[in-house]
Amino acid sequence: MTIEARNIVKQFGAFRALDDVDLRVEGGELVALLGPSGSGKTTLLRIIAGLDWPDAGEVLFNGESALERGAGERNVGFVFQHYALFRHMSVFENVAFGLRVQPRRLRRSEADIRKRVNDLLDLVQIDWLANRYPGQLSGGQRQRVALARALAIEPRILLLDEPFGALDAKVRKELRRWLRSLHDDIHVTSLFVTHDQEEALEVADRIVVMDKGKIEQIGTPEDVYDNPATAFVHGFIGESIMLPVEVGGGQVRFGPKVLDLESGGAASGPSRLFVRRHDMVLGPAGNGTLEGAVKRVRAFGPILRADVALPGGDGETMIEVDAPRDRALKPGDIVGLKPRRYRIFAAQA
Amino acid sequence: MSLATQPRALPPTLRAMADARTEPAAVRVLIIGLAVTFLTVFIFLPLLVVFSGALARGIGVYLAALAEPEAQSAIRLTVLVAAISVGINLVFGVIAAWAIAKFEFHGKTLLITLIDLPFSVSPVISGLIFVLLFGAQGVLGPWLMGHDVQIIFAVPGIALATTFVTFPFVARELIPLMQEQGTQEEEAALSLGASGLRTFFRVTLPNIKWGVLYGVLLCNARAMGEFGAVSVVSGHIRGETNTMPLLVEILYNEYQFVASFAVASLLALLALVTLVLKTALEGHLQGSRDHDH
Repeated sequence: MTIEARNIVKQFGAFRALDDVDLRVEGGELVALLGPSGSGKTTLLRIIAGLDWPDAGEVLFNGESALERGAGERNVGFVFQHYALFRHMSVFENVAFGLRVQPRRLRRSEADIRKRVNDLLDLVQIDWLANRYPGQLSGGQRQRVALARALAIEPRILLLDEPFGALDAKVRKELRRWLRSLHDDIHVTSLFVTHDQEEALEVADRIVVMDKGKIEQIGTPEDVYDNPATAFVHGFIGESIMLPVEVGGGQVRFGPKVLDLESGGAASGPSRLFVRRHDMVLGPAGNGTLEGAVKRVRAFGPILRADVALPGGDGETMIEVDAPRDRALKPGDIVGLKPRRYRIFAAQA
Repeated sequence: MSLATQPRALPPTLRAMADARTEPAAVRVLIIGLAVTFLTVFIFLPLLVVFSGALARGIGVYLAALAEPEAQSAIRLTVLVAAISVGINLVFGVIAAWAIAKFEFHGKTLLITLIDLPFSVSPVISGLIFVLLFGAQGVLGPWLMGHDVQIIFAVPGIALATTFVTFPFVARELIPLMQEQGTQEEEAALSLGASGLRTFFRVTLPNIKWGVLYGVLLCNARAMGEFGAVSVVSGHIRGETNTMPLLVEILYNEYQFVASFAVASLLALLALVTLVLKTALEGHLQGSRDHDH
């Protein structure tokens, strides 16, 4: 089942949560909506689920409009950020809920429901918790119940809102690998919201990066990481060093110094140079390199991490760079820095 | 799991901390003494007086006083009025709390203020409002008389006044509880295909059942004990429009102390039972609050 959102606009009072958003998710894909809080990602998810309504735009499932149908008629499995398990029902009854509330003519027999629920509890590996209540479960177990409950109605689409947000780091890692392999088994079109780039990069087939109600970039994890489309994406995904530079006449200037870099397509004027930390190569100071004094050095496992102060246009800019462990680096050294890969974006107005 | 690790005694460091948090003996005696004195004067002594006054001439006289037709009529009327007002407040309280806690709409603050109104108005004024509305000289009085409907100085007036005075109890108890529980479970139910009504009866209502019981309990206690508002609208017709609190006053003013205290003892018993049930309910209520934590 494909999901399409077209020109979605959603306004909360004076705040524009979604500003003309277009998105297409292919059948069987696992897509991450990634962005900082307030970027509109959860609102978009809720609109697709039918829990919120857009002010303008269309939502299509397999080319058919979904907006005419309420949440219960869209056949969407939704996993809530805080799971929203029914607190007065056992795990078994939670999972069975969606099957029990079906219209009488569609409802399965009690025996069928029992079988289906038990199969699902097996699938999410918590069959031994069937008689417990949500209050007696750990966060990871609740997450699995929420997932089983959402899958019980055989949804055509699975939507997950910050599925691992409330879990501790170790459980989170384990559970997201498990979710990935579960998706590979059942292949239901899935869309999940996260603010954690590592999660998105590891789990998703494609990533949708959002900021301030707009989509900044859509692409595979490699694509988004290696070829960020905008300054925001470069700054948000992966660790980046950002330097204010001046582009003019095909040259790139940092303060008074002309750097040995191509300006690419960047327009003349104040710009921003983005470099991944591991792409910043430490070497001797020389023509066309950035130049600065080492302020502090610390060992960081197999590498050294150094704070380097770059005398720029207006005062010093402090950046953090990596160096091999065996390099003798000490505070006071003057070093040169040359970006191996970089991107230049126009400075924001 | 943690059963085996229960410490037998506090480790030395913890004991030192416990000591550090304790006040000197003199202060302790003073503070505890104050609390005990207060409880004695304001709670234990009055209870003692009520029951000893009721039983002053033996259990036989006590039971006879309660078997008087006037007392019997007052008990029946009190139970009837409480049943009506608790029933009405249960339905409207749940609906109001549901609307306020689960939806956003214009005028919400006004609605909350209105629900609180009976708490901020003197019960006597509350009673007076109904006299001014439905009484013989009231706004609707002539019309009601024309259609032979008696509200003031009759059971409907007493029920109305009691309902008004006790209106906030159920709603006030439920609003914070429902707000705390949020709307996610309802959303989950809807997205799983449940209808609105089904969601209400299978998800919302079970989640607040202890809160509802708690509200009903307090509402009932207040409804049975209400004096001021009822006194204004009742007309004090013996054997007809006297509730238990009104009868207590009348009997007392007529120097029938045993009979007066006998009826009062029933109200005191009601208070004690309410207190016990309230304590029992509080544990469950805490349970429906804790969930994600």
